[in-house]
Amino acid sequence: MPVINSVTCPICGCLCDDIEVTVENNEVVKIKNGCAMCESKFIGYKGEHRIHTPMIRKEGKLVPASMDEAVHKAAEVLANANYPVLYGWSSTSCEAQRVGVELAEEVGGVLDNTAVVCHGPSILGVQQVGIPTCTLGQIRHRADLIIYWGCDPWSAHPRHLERYTSFTEGRFEKSEWKAYVQKLKAGAGKKKLESATRLGIMRTKPRPQACPVPGMPPAMIAKGGRKLIVIDVRKSMSAEMADYFIQVEPNKDYELMQALRALVKDQELDVDKVAGVPVEYLEEVADALVNADFGVVFFGMGLTQTRGKFRNIEVAISLIRDLNMRTKFAIMPMRGHFNVTGANVVSAWQTGYPFAVDFSLGYPRYNPGETTSMDVLLRGENDATLVIAADPGANFPKRAVENMVKHPLIVIDPHMNATAMLGDIVFPSAFVGIEVEGTAYRMDHVPLPLKKVVEPPEGILADEEILRRILEEVRIIKAQKTEEKVEQKVEAV
Amino acid sequence: MVEQKLRVTLLTGRTIEQGVGKERGKASHEYFEACSMVYMDEEDMKKLGVKNDTNVRVSTPNGSVVLKAVKHPRGSMPGLIYIPYGPWANAICSDVTTSIGMPSFKGTPAEVEPAPDKAVLSMEELLMAQFGR
Repeated sequence: MPVINSVTCPICGCLCDDIEVTVENNEVVKIKNGCAMCESKFIGYKGEHRIHTPMIRKEGKLVPASMDEAVHKAAEVLANANYPVLYGWSSTSCEAQRVGVELAEEVGGVLDNTAVVCHGPSILGVQQVGIPTCTLGQIRHRADLIIYWGCDPWSAHPRHLERYTSFTEGRFEKSEWKAYVQKLKAGAGKKKLESATRLGIMRTKPRPQACPVPGMPPAMIAKGGRKLIVIDVRKSMSAEMADYFIQVEPNKDYELMQALRALVKDQELDVDKVAGVPVEYLEEVADALVNADFGVVFFGMGLTQTRGKFRNIEVAISLIRDLNMRTKFAIMPMRGHFNVTGANVVSAWQTGYPFAVDFSLGYPRYNPGETTSMDVLLRGENDATLVIAADPGANFPKRAVENMVKHPLIVIDPHMNATAMLGDIVFPSAFVGIEVEGTAYRMDHVPLPLKKVVEPPEGILADEEILRRILEEVRIIKAQKTEEKVEQKVEAV
Repeated sequence: MVEQKLRVTLLTGRTIEQGVGKERGKASHEYFEACSMVYMDEEDMKKLGVKNDTNVRVSTPNGSVVLKAVKHPRGSMPGLIYIPYGPWANAICSDVTTSIGMPSFKGTPAEVEPAPDKAVLSMEELLMAQFGR
C-alpha cells in the first residue's frame, strides 16, 4: 500500500506537515502522527455527509441540478445583486482565495473571511500597535516560557504543545513531556491515597491546604526547564497540563494584563486582587516573565470574544513591548482554520486590507463595523450571500443567519453543513489538502504546500475551479446586460 | 435549597469533541453529541437540582435552547456555563458587535433552568425552528 509522507494536515492553524497517509484504492485507510481531528477528517472525508451533486432549492427543497445550471444560477444571483456578501475562505487554498478576490471585485460585494469572528479583533489590535512576533521554529528551539492566554491548545490545536512549545525537543530547550508524565503519575497516586483514606483502608493525616485559591498550585516558578503558564476563565485541559494556572474572572483579562504591565515595570499594586487573582500570584508571574530568556504569549478567543475585544489585544501586545525592554518576548494569535492566515494574507496582498473589504464603490474599502460581514448581515443590508469553506449557519448568531437566508444563499462546501442545509444553490467541492493541492499559511505566516493524496469523486471540482466558472459566467451575464442597455439607449435615441 | 433559575455567565468555545465532530461532518451524530450540551459547575448543578446528563433550558435575551447539562470535568467555575461552538450555542449568544464585527461570544449573561422533560432538538429541527428551512 502506498504511504505518502510529509502530508500537511488541513485542519487547524498548526498545519502539522509530518502526517503519514496510507492510501488504498484511492481511499485513505490509515493515518500516522495526526491528532484526533486529523484522523476524523482524513477518515471521515469520504463519509455519508458528503455532498455528491450540485443542488438548487425548488419549492422549499434542495433538488439535484447540473453543474452548468447551478453555475449559471449562482452567477445570475451575484451579477444582479447590489450588495452581495462573499464570506468564508478560511478552509480553502490561497489559489481559490485569489479567485475569490477577483469575483468580489467583479460583483462589487463585501469580501470577508472567518477572521471576523475569530482573530479580527487581533488584526485591529495589531493595526494599532504592531506585533513583535516570530516563527514557530524559533519558539520550538529557544522559548523557555510559554503562556497560553484565553486559549486551549489541547482542544483546538491538539499538537501545538507537542510540535512547537512545551513538549517538543528543541535545539536549546528540552521537552517537558517526561516531567509532565511524572506529574500525572504523582497526581494519580495522590488520588488513590485519597480514595483509600475515604474508604477507611488507610489513615493519613490531613495536610494543610497549600494554596488558598482553588485551581492554583503553590509557587512553581523556581522550576527549571521550559515553563508553561495558562491563563483562562476555566480549568481547561491545557490548564491541567500547565505549571501555573491562573483563573481570571470572565471579561477581566484587560485589568489583569494592565496589572501585569505595572508589575513588570516594578510598580506596586495597592489592591489585594485583580480580576479575582491575588496580587502575590501575579507578582510571581511577573517575576517569571522578566526572568525568562525568551518568552512567548499565545492568545485565543478568550481575549478576542470577551469584553474589550481588540483592546485586549492592544494591551497584550503592549505588555510584550514592555517586556522587550527587559528581556526577549514574542506574541502570536492561535489561528483556528488551517488557512485563515492565508485568507488575510491574500486579501491584504490583493486589496490592501486583510478582511472586511467592501468593493461596492468599485475600489476596495475597509471600515470594520461597517464593512465587516457580520455587521452587514446584522443590519440586513445584504441582498445575496456566497459562503465558501466556512459554516456561518452554525457559527453566526441567529439574527445574522436570519438575514442571510432572507436572500439567495450560494454555498460551496464538501460536506452538508448547517449553511448548506439552509442554502439555495449548493456546490459540492473537493477537499483541499486531501483531494486538491494548494498553498496554506501556518499561524506564524509560513506558507506550506498542501498535498493531494487521493483523486476527488467523479464530477466534484475544486473550489478554485467552481469560482472560476462562476466568475466567467458573471462576466458573460454582465456583458449581456451592458449590451442590452446600449441597445435600449440606441433605440431611445 | 433547590432554585428554579440560576443566573450565570455564558461562555462558548472549542472542545476536542466538537473539533472531531465538525471534521467528521456537521450532520454527524458525533457533532450533535459534542455541541448540544452545556458544561456546568458541579455546585451550580446541585443548586438547580440538575443531575449529570439531564436536560436544562438556557435562556438569554436572544433566545433559549434546550441542552444536555454535563458536569465540568476539571476544577470549579461557579457562575459560568460553557457551550461548545455550534448552532445550539448560536441560537442564544449575543449578537452585539460593538462596531468591530465580532459578536460577544463569551462573557454574556444567561439563565439556566431544569428542563428534564424537554427534548434537545437535532440540527435539522433547530434550523427548521429558527429559519424555516
